[in-house]
Amino acid sequence: MFKAQVIIKRRHSILDPQGTAVEKGAKHLGLTNIKNTRIGKYIEFEILTDNLQEAEKEVNEYCQKLLSNPIMEDYEFSIFEIKKD
Amino acid sequence: MKPKFGIVVFPGSNCDHDAYYALKKILNYDAEFLWHKETDLKKCDVIVLPGGFSYGDYLRTGAIARFSPIMNSVIDFADKGGIVIGICNGFQILLEAGLLPGVMLKNISLKFVCKDVYLKIENRDTIFTNSIPADKKSIKIPVAHGEGNYFATDEQLQEILVNNQVVFRYSDSNGNINDSTNPNGSLMNIAGITNKKGNILGMMPHPERVCDPILGSTDGQYIFKSIFNNLIN
Repeated sequence: MFKAQVIIKRRHSILDPQGTAVEKGAKHLGLTNIKNTRIGKYIEFEILTDNLQEAEKEVNEYCQKLLSNPIMEDYEFSIFEIKKD
Repeated sequence: MKPKFGIVVFPGSNCDHDAYYALKKILNYDAEFLWHKETDLKKCDVIVLPGGFSYGDYLRTGAIARFSPIMNSVIDFADKGGIVIGICNGFQILLEAGLLPGVMLKNISLKFVCKDVYLKIENRDTIFTNSIPADKKSIKIPVAHGEGNYFATDEQLQEILVNNQVVFRYSDSNGNINDSTNPNGSLMNIAGITNKKGNILGMMPHPERVCDPILGSTDGQYIFKSIFNNLIN
């Protein structure tokens, strides 16, 4: 069995008004060195197979077809084996 | 022939009954609900994907509804030239399903916008707009959304423009378009587009909310009447 940890990032060419708004909070906190705040998503899940290649294929398909929208987002993931409980 | 409108109900749809009311009670058309778990479109001639918050807007708006069982039938129906109209969340579902190009981002203000807006009709030669009187410089229809900031890649935008797919743009009552008439930051003030073939429309404003005269405007009727008139002629 494997576990995947996926990070979805908004493309740099696309404005992130949410990140900009959050960064205003940083200014109010007095954190003057914070710049270019951008908000993405973190998703983790398990894959019920012992075959790494198969697991990676499914993670890629999940990311491409559902978890991210390729028009506005990029994704990256790490995958590692876990022991069954 | 009396055309029948099928209104898809997803978990979280909340404008489905408004659409039914406008079509059945105000316009006296045939209409029925289609549950998202069904695959039978029940011989409907027009499919309406209504507004709301399907699947709680989890992940991205429309992203999960796009995989509901009924959507395979809707995609087949649309591929064969069937008429589909997606309103607000319905538009977002059409984008996620790849039936229309582009994507919706959060409103640039980060606020939910709920107000009447004016729409300039950019293309009157569509089955969704050709019953709008020629002297109308704009139509007034309300928006209600948090993610209506239309975005497309440069290539997609080029194609949309070349094929005359932009149907509505946010304007003032005279049809003038500028930043002050853009409620959400949409690219080029785009409020509604069709696919290349012209049988699928997605629009963020809610025409079903302005069909009953008691609500102050009946401009929404033009869109449903256009569809109806095209089907019976």
